[in-house]
Amino acid sequence: MNNQTAEVLRMMTIFIPLLFVVGFFCVVVTRNLVRTLIGIEVLSKAVTLLLVVAGYTTGRTALAQACVITLIMIEAVVVAVAAGIIVNVVRHTDSLDRRNLEELRG
Amino acid sequence: MIVDLLILTALLIFVLGAAMKRDTVKAAIALALASIMLSVLMFRLASPLAAVFELSVCAGLITVVFMSTISLTKPLTVLEEERLHLRGRHFAVLPILVLAAAGLLVMVGIPTDLALPQAASAQDVRSVLWNERQLDLLGETLVILAGFFGILVLFKDKPTGVGRTGAAWLKAERFRKEKSDETTKVESNQPDPAIRV
Amino acid sequence: MAAFLIFVPLIGIITLNLPFRFLRRFAYGYAITVAAAQAALAIFLPLPLWNRVLAHFFGLERLDLSADRLSLVLLLSIAIVMFAALQVGCFTIRSGKRRFEFVNLVVLAVTGLNGAALVHDLFSLYVFLEVAAVASFTLIALERDKLSLEGGFKYLVLSAVASVMLLAAIALLLMSTGSTAFAAVHAALLGSSNPMARIAVASFVAGLCIKGGLVPFHGWLPDAYTAAPAGASVLLAGIVTKTTGIYTLIRLMSSVFGPVPQIQAVLLFVGALSIIIGATAALGQKDFKRMLAYSSISQMGYIVLGLGAGSALGVAGAVFHLFNHAVFKTLLFVNAAAVEEQTGTRDMDTMGGLSARMPVTGATSVVAFLSTAGVPPLAGFWSKFIIVVAVWSAGQHAYAVIAVLASLLTCAYFLSMQRRVFFGVLAQEFKDIHEARLAILVPEVVLALITIGVGVMFPRVLETFILPIRSVLG
Repeated sequence: MNNQTAEVLRMMTIFIPLLFVVGFFCVVVTRNLVRTLIGIEVLSKAVTLLLVVAGYTTGRTALAQACVITLIMIEAVVVAVAAGIIVNVVRHTDSLDRRNLEELRG
Repeated sequence: MIVDLLILTALLIFVLGAAMKRDTVKAAIALALASIMLSVLMFRLASPLAAVFELSVCAGLITVVFMSTISLTKPLTVLEEERLHLRGRHFAVLPILVLAAAGLLVMVGIPTDLALPQAASAQDVRSVLWNERQLDLLGETLVILAGFFGILVLFKDKPTGVGRTGAAWLKAERFRKEKSDETTKVESNQPDPAIRV
Repeated sequence: MAAFLIFVPLIGIITLNLPFRFLRRFAYGYAITVAAAQAALAIFLPLPLWNRVLAHFFGLERLDLSADRLSLVLLLSIAIVMFAALQVGCFTIRSGKRRFEFVNLVVLAVTGLNGAALVHDLFSLYVFLEVAAVASFTLIALERDKLSLEGGFKYLVLSAVASVMLLAAIALLLMSTGSTAFAAVHAALLGSSNPMARIAVASFVAGLCIKGGLVPFHGWLPDAYTAAPAGASVLLAGIVTKTTGIYTLIRLMSSVFGPVPQIQAVLLFVGALSIIIGATAALGQKDFKRMLAYSSISQMGYIVLGLGAGSALGVAGAVFHLFNHAVFKTLLFVNAAAVEEQTGTRDMDTMGGLSARMPVTGATSVVAFLSTAGVPPLAGFWSKFIIVVAVWSAGQHAYAVIAVLASLLTCAYFLSMQRRVFFGVLAQEFKDIHEARLAILVPEVVLALITIGVGVMFPRVLETFILPIRSVLG
């Protein structure tokens, strides 16, 4: 693997896990429903970057891009449905607090 | 190389901003900026088509979805954030966590002698997409259809709020009707205290 | 031929949604026909014909879809559960418009699951699993009441996180092997000890455990199953969770990873943990469906335990138990739907003596729980027996003992359910209820007959379905 690819890989090995850390933290710790969605988006960005890097380092940029394009479309659909659920929740509870969604316990 | 490093750092900062900013509108904007950074990065990593998609869908469409959601729930967001600190005080820990993780990764070291497969010849994305990944396109169509139904179910009409089924629903209806009949009957039986004979 | 299982439903959905009002009434009939056709094909069409491509159909031959023994078992399970879900859903949802949306979503989910059963590429597998997932989010939140939205949101968040983990694994495998197709990745992974590949496998297993609702990632499962409307619960519990979690795990282990001792150890542990925690939690439940949800977690543990045994016998047992669970868990959820519709509640403490007024539901419930608890000669007994034997002969005596003892726990919580709901004195407020309507009785009886039939005719089933699965494992 040539020098340039090695450099890129070295940088990515540090940054991509950091993105994952931010994403996971965001999803787990927040109580705001919209921020949970933001966390999911951050995780998707991390994975998108990982896919692109995978394509770049192996030279299979076409395959990686095809996967990324499909992935982005699916992400958009999931976000739209999640937004729909959040808007409906707010209609019921008038709040974005996740603690309102704790009724099903036990 | 330096450019890539700068872009990555900017990406990380924007992502942190999206996670940590109290006001969700600003957080959504930070997310959009992060998408733009990611898009630039993808251009530099020989993935132009994906970069365009990232720009138009993530920095564009998804941000619009976020903004609409936030505006549909806006009066609450600002109030709640300020009164209830929904973001949680724990979030202040995040930058520290990130720096710690970064330090850890740098120390652990990055294996530079990974055996990667032979670099393949560059192919045109469009030909790959249409000729080899047709299955993915089919699946994507199905996801979009499913999403379409999702939006249809979730956004059309007011919610019925009735999660019960069949006989239970009928029983609830009957009960509600009886209740309202009762109250009207009770009201009409009460003598009007204002009338004096 | 295999491609039809995706295209026929897809064309159906597009047709049903054309702007002609009169087409709506065909939705239910169409969906039932698809389910019946799929079941018939899975049982009767010999394997080579499945993969014979009808080359002159719009270039379908370029799609890499083909079936093997494992896929056939799954396709049959999908068809059976789809039938039951349609019956329950279409006859318990009040609004005609909701019913139409329900049928469309069920067909979409099933199309996604069919695709997952037939693909040979990691990324395509992810895409089809997402189809089923997105359809499921909406199915859970169909009635848009607060509890359904809660269950739907929890499932969405965890499913999205799990998908991210699967994708990360796919990306890492792409980086280490240069491809996403099963065969290519399998060949490249043989004998390689790339650290990226190891992280990828770990990420895969973790993501699939979340999707399959195994402990400790089961947090979303009871909420989603309980809050979903009756028809959606049947579909979710019967097949969606199984396919997106366990089936994918089986497929990956057999076609991509091969037997890796570390994964097997993890699977054994996670399986045993799920069995115990699921069964224990089920004991303390008041809500009928919530108890069934924890029971599902427990039974998934058995399947994973069989996988962890590592032998061909273990995998065969796991696949058999997957099929059996699809049948008897669906039956239980159909019963729960029938009871909920008649009594208006899911609180088992307020019910009692219902079998006096709902004899068929009560009887089929007994069949289902005996099968779940592993009582001979019902089907559940055989699959559990195979799993226990496989685990024991793999040297994991402790785990085998746990599996057997947990059957006692299973018996306990189910007996408690039967006693509270069906036996005993008929509660006063329920003296006017009657048996579930015929549309719901049909799947109850059919599913019970399948459980009994498969159990009684076990030797025949063994040769035609189970032993051939071993050929899948190379």
